[in-house]
Amino acid sequence: MSVFDGLKFRRVYSPIHNLDPRIKFIYVCAIFVIAIMFGELLPLVVLFLIQIPFVLLAGVKREWIRSMRGAAFLATIIFLTNFVFAYLGARGIGQSLENAVAMTLRFIVLIESFSIFFLTTSPDHLGLALEQTHVPYEFTFAFTTAVRFVPVLAEEAQTIMDAQKARGLELERGNFLKRIRNYIPILIPLIVSAIRRSLELAEAMESRAWGATKKRTNLYVLKMHKGDFILAAMTIGILAVAIYIRLYLPIPSINQLLTGIN
Amino acid sequence: MIEVEDIYFTYPNGIEALKGISLTIKNGEFVAIMGQNGAGKTTLVKHFNGLLKPTKGKVLVDGVETTKVSVATLARKVGFVFQNPDHQLFSETVEDEITFALKNFGFKETVIKKRVSWALNLLGLTQYRKTSPFMLSGGERKRVALASVLAWDPKILILDEPTIGQDYQQKEKLRQFILQLKAQRKTIIIVTHDVEFVAECNPRVILMREGKIVADGEASKILTTPEVLNQAFIVPPQIAQIFFQLSDLGFPRDIIDIYEAREILLKAIRRKTM
Repeated sequence: MSVFDGLKFRRVYSPIHNLDPRIKFIYVCAIFVIAIMFGELLPLVVLFLIQIPFVLLAGVKREWIRSMRGAAFLATIIFLTNFVFAYLGARGIGQSLENAVAMTLRFIVLIESFSIFFLTTSPDHLGLALEQTHVPYEFTFAFTTAVRFVPVLAEEAQTIMDAQKARGLELERGNFLKRIRNYIPILIPLIVSAIRRSLELAEAMESRAWGATKKRTNLYVLKMHKGDFILAAMTIGILAVAIYIRLYLPIPSINQLLTGIN
Repeated sequence: MIEVEDIYFTYPNGIEALKGISLTIKNGEFVAIMGQNGAGKTTLVKHFNGLLKPTKGKVLVDGVETTKVSVATLARKVGFVFQNPDHQLFSETVEDEITFALKNFGFKETVIKKRVSWALNLLGLTQYRKTSPFMLSGGERKRVALASVLAWDPKILILDEPTIGQDYQQKEKLRQFILQLKAQRKTIIIVTHDVEFVAECNPRVILMREGKIVADGEASKILTTPEVLNQAFIVPPQIAQIFFQLSDLGFPRDIIDIYEAREILLKAIRRKTM
């Protein structure tokens, strides 16, 4: 579950936390697009490194490292499959290695940027951002509620696991397929109780006149500040530079650089 | 036998739920663990089948330390019925639900059949054999959960809040049922807030507050000692309250049993009328 730990919001105050979630989201999307644009190692390394100041500035180093550690398993799989298939595809070992590292790094960059976004944006803020970009309130509400219920469900999953273990269920027993099947007694009660809970919540909300007024106002209204403009400018800048490099500049591979030096 | 030797337990989030608990529960004993919310009752009983391992100290079940064996091994001996049956029901039929644990413990197919029928009969669920547990009422689901644990005939039975959501008649049935198990020399441990239920059952009471035991003894003693009950934020049962108020007139203060109360009151009335 440690990948998810890296996405869990904790209320602290930092320049990054105070940024407008809309701009932050655009920034994350820009990083996402750039990561997809480049398959070469060098720009991906740069992309990985430029996000580290954000992590430090936001003071979420520990959580971020945890999410990176959580991603390590998937990253390893991505690395191995890429390496094996590139190598089998009769590329040289050096080039296969570089290619595999690049693909892995691309994945890590994606996780990194989303992790920064979720670590520094409160669910309420996110809901507010969605609302002010004119997403219907029903959807916004469903979204923020879903996010808010994650810890509740996690706790419930733990109780269910305990209850089934008390009936002799051993999750770690059996081969791979059996182990997956071991989770059925946990998933079904979890899903059933989540559905029950959501129905109860809907009834409770309706009995408190949810949706009675069509036009809602908010106590807090998102406003762009200096920091937001700076981030917006940075995002445009990074994106422009990336597009320019992609279109007009050849990107040397690390192998070429190394042989060039020799 | 369960032996708890000075255990401490801290949850991963840093909350210290148990602070130095020691107690012994002998075979065939009937124990009620009481205390306000967050006193550590459920945390304590989760140590008895190894779901939680103490941060410090030892828990021994029949002389075996809980840290040395798996939950599944302990569960064979210690049955645990959770508070909310919805946390464990998942099968298509009530019958499958009861079979689940028996299969986990590796019982033979013929034995499983017998045990399932026995457990269904015991809790009056035979007519629901092929029904989906999700279609049953709250009280019935609770009985299915209980049946699914009783089916493997554990030596020690832990019931977490068994009376919640049960009507009076069901509670009375549960009480009879517990007494029946007690007669079979089973060890029964209940975690509950229900003082009236405890007063009627008259078990050994262990009172907890903030992760510590504040009192341990007979129900008729503990439930009639206001100083002790106040510490654990528990209100005495109604019969005890009546006798507190009558104590100025020379009535005894330690009465929690209806029949005993009736005898004393009858005697007093006869004395007056004669």
